[in-house]
Amino acid sequence: MEDDAPVIYGLEFQARALTAQTAETDAIRFLVGTQSLKFENQIHVIEFDDENNIINKNVLLHQAGEIWHIGASPADKAVLTTCYNKTSDSRVVSCAAVWRMPCDLETESHESPDDSAHNPQALELLCHLDDSTYGNAACVLWEPMGDGKRVISLADNHALLWDLQESFTQAKVSSTATLEGKGQLKFTSGKWSPHHNSSQFATANETAIRAWDLRTMSQIYCIENAHGQLVRDLDFNPNRQYYLASCGDDCKVKFWDVRNVQEPVKTLEDHSHCLRTSFWEPRI
Amino acid sequence: MDVEGDDSALPEDSGRRRKVHGMLKLYYGLNEEGKSNEQPQALDPCDINGPHFDPEIYMNKLRRECTLAELMDQETCMVKQIRSLDSDMQTLVYENYNKFISATDTIRKMKNDFKKMEDEMDCLSANMEAITDFSARISGTLQDQHTQITKLSGVHTLLRKLQFLFELPARLNKCLELQAYSQAVSSHRRARCVLQQYSHLPSFRGIQDDCHAIMDKLAQELRQKFRDGGTSAKDLSECVELLLQLDEPAEELCDKFLSHARSRLESDLQGLEAEIRPHSSSSRRESSFHRSSLTAAAAASPNENISNLTSLPSPTSNADILEFIDRGCNEFVSSLCLVITSYQELFIVHAQSDELASKNITQMANAKLHAFVDDLAACYFSLVERRIQEEKSVGDNSLLVRALDRFHRRLQAVAKLLPGSSVPHHGTEIVIRAATERVKQYLSALQSFYMDSLTDVRQALATPRLSVAGGASHLGGAGSGRDAPTSLPELLSSLSASILNQIKSVLASVHLFTAKDITFSNKPYFKGEFCSQGVRESLVVSFIKFICQSSRQFCESAGDKGGSTPPILLLLLSRLCLDYETSTISYILTLTDEQFLVQHHTPVTPVTALCAEAREAAQKLLNHYVKVQGLIISQMLRKSVETRDWVNTIEPRNVRAVMKRVVEDATSIDVQVGLLYEEGVRKAHSSDSSKRTFSVYSSSRQQAARYAASYTPSAPLDTNLLSNIHKLFSERIDIFSSVEFNKVSVMTGIIKISLKTFLECVRLRTFGRYGLQQIQVDCHYLQMYLWRFVSDENLVHFLLDEIVGSSAHRCLDPAPMEQSVIEVICERG
Repeated sequence: MEDDAPVIYGLEFQARALTAQTAETDAIRFLVGTQSLKFENQIHVIEFDDENNIINKNVLLHQAGEIWHIGASPADKAVLTTCYNKTSDSRVVSCAAVWRMPCDLETESHESPDDSAHNPQALELLCHLDDSTYGNAACVLWEPMGDGKRVISLADNHALLWDLQESFTQAKVSSTATLEGKGQLKFTSGKWSPHHNSSQFATANETAIRAWDLRTMSQIYCIENAHGQLVRDLDFNPNRQYYLASCGDDCKVKFWDVRNVQEPVKTLEDHSHCLRTSFWEPRI
Repeated sequence: MDVEGDDSALPEDSGRRRKVHGMLKLYYGLNEEGKSNEQPQALDPCDINGPHFDPEIYMNKLRRECTLAELMDQETCMVKQIRSLDSDMQTLVYENYNKFISATDTIRKMKNDFKKMEDEMDCLSANMEAITDFSARISGTLQDQHTQITKLSGVHTLLRKLQFLFELPARLNKCLELQAYSQAVSSHRRARCVLQQYSHLPSFRGIQDDCHAIMDKLAQELRQKFRDGGTSAKDLSECVELLLQLDEPAEELCDKFLSHARSRLESDLQGLEAEIRPHSSSSRRESSFHRSSLTAAAAASPNENISNLTSLPSPTSNADILEFIDRGCNEFVSSLCLVITSYQELFIVHAQSDELASKNITQMANAKLHAFVDDLAACYFSLVERRIQEEKSVGDNSLLVRALDRFHRRLQAVAKLLPGSSVPHHGTEIVIRAATERVKQYLSALQSFYMDSLTDVRQALATPRLSVAGGASHLGGAGSGRDAPTSLPELLSSLSASILNQIKSVLASVHLFTAKDITFSNKPYFKGEFCSQGVRESLVVSFIKFICQSSRQFCESAGDKGGSTPPILLLLLSRLCLDYETSTISYILTLTDEQFLVQHHTPVTPVTALCAEAREAAQKLLNHYVKVQGLIISQMLRKSVETRDWVNTIEPRNVRAVMKRVVEDATSIDVQVGLLYEEGVRKAHSSDSSKRTFSVYSSSRQQAARYAASYTPSAPLDTNLLSNIHKLFSERIDIFSSVEFNKVSVMTGIIKISLKTFLECVRLRTFGRYGLQQIQVDCHYLQMYLWRFVSDENLVHFLLDEIVGSSAHRCLDPAPMEQSVIEVICERG
């Protein structure tokens, strides 16, 4: 693998949202959501063929707006969620929705010449995670290793737990948690912990990291001033239940033991500017 | 013929007489004297006076040799001589004749007398014989009586001895009563052998038993006296001597002597201990003394002593260490020396002179003495060490040094008395420990001084007069610079000077340890290791390292928890570390080496390593300063971007206040840094630095077109995408890179961070037409003022260009503002 040339895939638009298709067990497949204010946004389904070291892609249209966050269902590989910006009446609203990809995706080679002639298929909307009462959606989290029936969406200072019913066509808020405090609080990011029977999730707002218990929707712990600047993203170690990584605008990646949140276990300062996301490598 | 004439030339009578005598002697054959001398002369046959004179030869000779006249003269002369000789002879004969007659008379008389005497002698011998007879008869009769008398006198002496023996118990008792112990012991000693010899006789046995009983009692009394301890050392040694004579086992005596001495010395120690920390609990004291007095035979008293001592108020509680050591020396060490001397006299010297003492006793006694001294000295040392440990205040080191000196000096006496003892060695160790401890204390004092000075600096910085941030006008920051420039460099120099002074004074204090008049200063430790490892390494080098370390800590801990360290302090410290790197470190180390004549036997930290560390710290501080200041401005920019609704904003009429604030802050930071760091180099400015225009779309539009040809998009081409790809290959801007030690580099770093954050925030927003225009205005304003701070104005231009480009990309209705309008707005302020 190391000997192979690096594989590069270029997008026409800027993109900020990327996720692995976790329900897909046979192929290595990623979903990328693009951001464009002027054109139809797309979701690229990128499949990496590691035997031939080539990339296959599929482009789906996401007409609702530019995608800021994307999440793939852990149970059904055709189902995904997006958070998108909708511009209407000179207002920008962030929404979240559950989508289904068309099932008859024929994989086409990235290099195929008739690329432009091909008309991309559109995504099928399953339901809106309609949280307009709660504010702008920042991201949607699928229940890890679950049956794909529960998602959490973070909107402004609310965390909403949704039950997806009737094969994803109806979403119902089953419980909410609200971050109270001075000023205009806003969640920037969050992760659902795969440990503890998936009963915990963590959120980031400003410089603080908070963990919540889903059963009571109350805060478990809080790492105040986790970073000197805004916390951009965080992730749980998939194998060690107490370890958490975070990154922020202060160019640092920090590793936390949530049993002792006073001091980070380790701090990396090798980056030269603001970090957007951090992932644990699954096998660590 | 008369040849017997003499040459009458001799004028003197005496000489002549002698000659005559000589001749007479010759005549009588009495030439006993000078025979050999006269021989040659005498053998001459021509010598008329010689004994071998041959008239014939003489005559022949004369006839042959002399003329007639001469012969005639000779003849007359000869005749004359013969005549005088004749007369001489006659006189002599006459004189001698008379003498002969008287002699004959005398001899005749004597003959008669002798005859008489012979008779008397015969009579005497007869008488003597009679006397001898008588005498023999008398001695024969007296023989018996004589032997009897001799026997009687023998009996008499025996009886006297016996009487002495019989009287011995009484005498001993009396002696005992009178406490004339030495007399009693000497009496007993005289009788002891006899009694021992005749002990099979019942009467003697009785006496012996009595004596034993008495002597036991005496010994008991002596022991009692010995034990009571009230007696003086002299009494004590007398006691011991007597007891030794009484055949007390030497070992036991040693023990007793030592235990006695121990109790006295321990009371000294208790006195000393009472001086240490009078508030400490008595229980601790008791326990510590129980341990030491366990071995003592006279273990009865310590508890009482202690209770007495503890109940005593100790007015000397705050005695300084010199007094304490003085007291220790005068009381404990001198009495210890006394004990050692008397002990050695008693048991070692004495034993050696006594033939009865085997080597074993000396050895045993020595061993006991050593154990004893070691034990007590250990107690003493622990006390001294405790006292030294209490000596925390670093104010006056000379007192401690003098005390240690005295302590060490006095131990030399013990060393002399007791060669081979480990006491002086331990003493030196204590001194060394105290010295190293002292060095440690000085280090921590220096460290706390440093931290205190930092706190002072912090306070000085916090007072409003010095605050540089804030009041600056954006027109060059002259207003803010007015009051600060005097204070910030002053603050730095005063901080640096006070630290240096402190180091110097500490070095001076520590230097006392190696002063020439201090006894322990010539120990190899104080000559070598103390100077190099102690002072240089663990004091000076450690302190410098501490400065660097604490500086680094400012960078590490303060970063996250917000501005717990004021950025200006970081700047100040960075300059301080840099100064250290350039000059101060080498100055301090040279000073140390000179003062202490450090000879480096062991490897020491080189100056370059320290300098490198200081430089690293300075770099880190400055980087951190840049980061902190950059993040402060970033924060401002981020908030301003995030909290605004950029879609529904009104048409820009002003530069946003936050931009003015950013410029103000940058100006004040510029002033701040300029106070401590040099200007640094910057690239040449173009003539229209402040009047650049920004294209709404990225500057690399033309290049994007070139890339487009080779690229097949699946959707309508977004020009910015290509510009971004282009950017991947263009010069990368390292935002949080290290800065150089000059103002321009620092400012460049700060502005880079700020603008990059601005860019990142803009990319996350969606803009309306007026939002974009506002960004245009803001960026133009920033360009107008920020270019002057940075080393390469293209950098600012590039980043601002990027911001405007990105916001245009994120704009729903990208309709840029006219450049002229932007300029008008910006110039309005």
